[in-house]
Amino acid sequence: MTTVSIAKAKKGSNLNKVENTNSVYLTKQLNLWYGEKHALKNIDLDIKENEVTAIIGPSGCGKSTYIKTLNRMVELVPSVKTSGEILYRDRNIFDADYSVEELRTRVGMVFQKPNPFPKSIYDNIAYGPRIHGIKNKKILDEIVEKSLRGAAIWDEVKDRLTENAYSISGGQQQRICIARALAIEPDVILMDEPTSALDPISTLKIEELVQELKQDYSIIIVTHNMQQAARISDKTAFFLNGEVIEYDQTDAIFSNPSDKRTEDYISGRFG
Amino acid sequence: MSVREKFDYELQSAQEQLITLSNMAVDALTKAVNALTDHDIDAALEVIEDDKEINQLEEEINDKVILLIAKQSPVATDLRRLIVIIKVATDMERVGDYAVNIAKETIRIGKEELLSPIHEIKQMHALATAMLRQVIEAFVEEDIVKAKEIAELDDQVDNLYGVVINKLMKSGAEHPDKLSQITQLAFICRYMERSADHATNIAEQLFYLVRGSHYDLNK
Repeated sequence: MTTVSIAKAKKGSNLNKVENTNSVYLTKQLNLWYGEKHALKNIDLDIKENEVTAIIGPSGCGKSTYIKTLNRMVELVPSVKTSGEILYRDRNIFDADYSVEELRTRVGMVFQKPNPFPKSIYDNIAYGPRIHGIKNKKILDEIVEKSLRGAAIWDEVKDRLTENAYSISGGQQQRICIARALAIEPDVILMDEPTSALDPISTLKIEELVQELKQDYSIIIVTHNMQQAARISDKTAFFLNGEVIEYDQTDAIFSNPSDKRTEDYISGRFG
Repeated sequence: MSVREKFDYELQSAQEQLITLSNMAVDALTKAVNALTDHDIDAALEVIEDDKEINQLEEEINDKVILLIAKQSPVATDLRRLIVIIKVATDMERVGDYAVNIAKETIRIGKEELLSPIHEIKQMHALATAMLRQVIEAFVEEDIVKAKEIAELDDQVDNLYGVVINKLMKSGAEHPDKLSQITQLAFICRYMERSADHATNIAEQLFYLVRGSHYDLNK
């Protein structure tokens, strides 16, 4: 009996080590121009599901542009032109018949500065579900609680749901914004420097939260904080001048990068 | 000032201290063996006394590296270099300890005439110190080809170790009155063999520093 269970346990542990093969986003030869400026050059990236993918690089390298392309938010900038493909769950998001609304329902986003609506905490979270037609108070209550729990802030705000979201701290506001993103049950969460405006403890809370969220979501995070990328991500892409210089397991990037430019950047010798 | 000038300066300084420590340890080993062959008790006592400096320098290197890791968040080659500096410092400090052990055996043997296996022990010493000196050079130059050659010399040291032990065992039958010296020489022979092993360890660390992966050069 014992032998069998050990064998099973071993088999189980091997299964856990199997490489994650499901792509959530597959970017192929993506180019992007702001007018004449060639901001993204021949980007090829395969982003896996239920992983944290960090995008690092110096200012102006194209990392925020790339993440905003994933939900087509970049198109809000006039004079943007793209070529190439971004397959989200095997469909090219640039296809003429692809619904941007549908894409943004599946792909939530959290920004650098917490940007709650000037409404109550409850209404912030219920905003998205209401837009999608949910009016039932009981269902909304459930969504609000589930989302706030998911963003690890329920215990801190459960007695203050009617208070204005601006009455809580910056770190709490950012977790409210994450809860707001979770309320529409997305598949992917994009985070554009989500902790750069936060204090160190709030930062660590968000980092811990990201680790928990990846069980259920795929997370792509742009960060200026290289130690943050090292701490929380599974894979890291290093961008420089609009190109992906290196994309690998985070452990490899931070212990033995294959490109000298990656090494110089992560060891603080430029950027 | 370049972005990491202070860090680079501190890193360089830790590496220079390591080279100093290494040279002190190898010098101590040579001084101990010379004290043995010359029956020079004063020199042996000096080796024991000087080891305090080696130990202190090792501690200083460790403290410096720990502070750099804590304060500068090094990654990739920088981090590997710091870890390797700590490990090589430990290896070299241990070589210093072997020199002390040999010095103590020298004092125990005193003026007694040395048995013939001392010739092979001197050969082992020549090989071990050559390996240690060359591995320091290879470390400074980050020359992994040289590091591999050094590791290959270890086989010769191991062979000599077998020869000496055999000879000492035979001496036991021929000179039952010299069992004490035979035991001391066997220990000294072991310290030489271990010193050469530490040179091989350092060569392996150099591979890790340069290539970022682990190599077993004893195969």
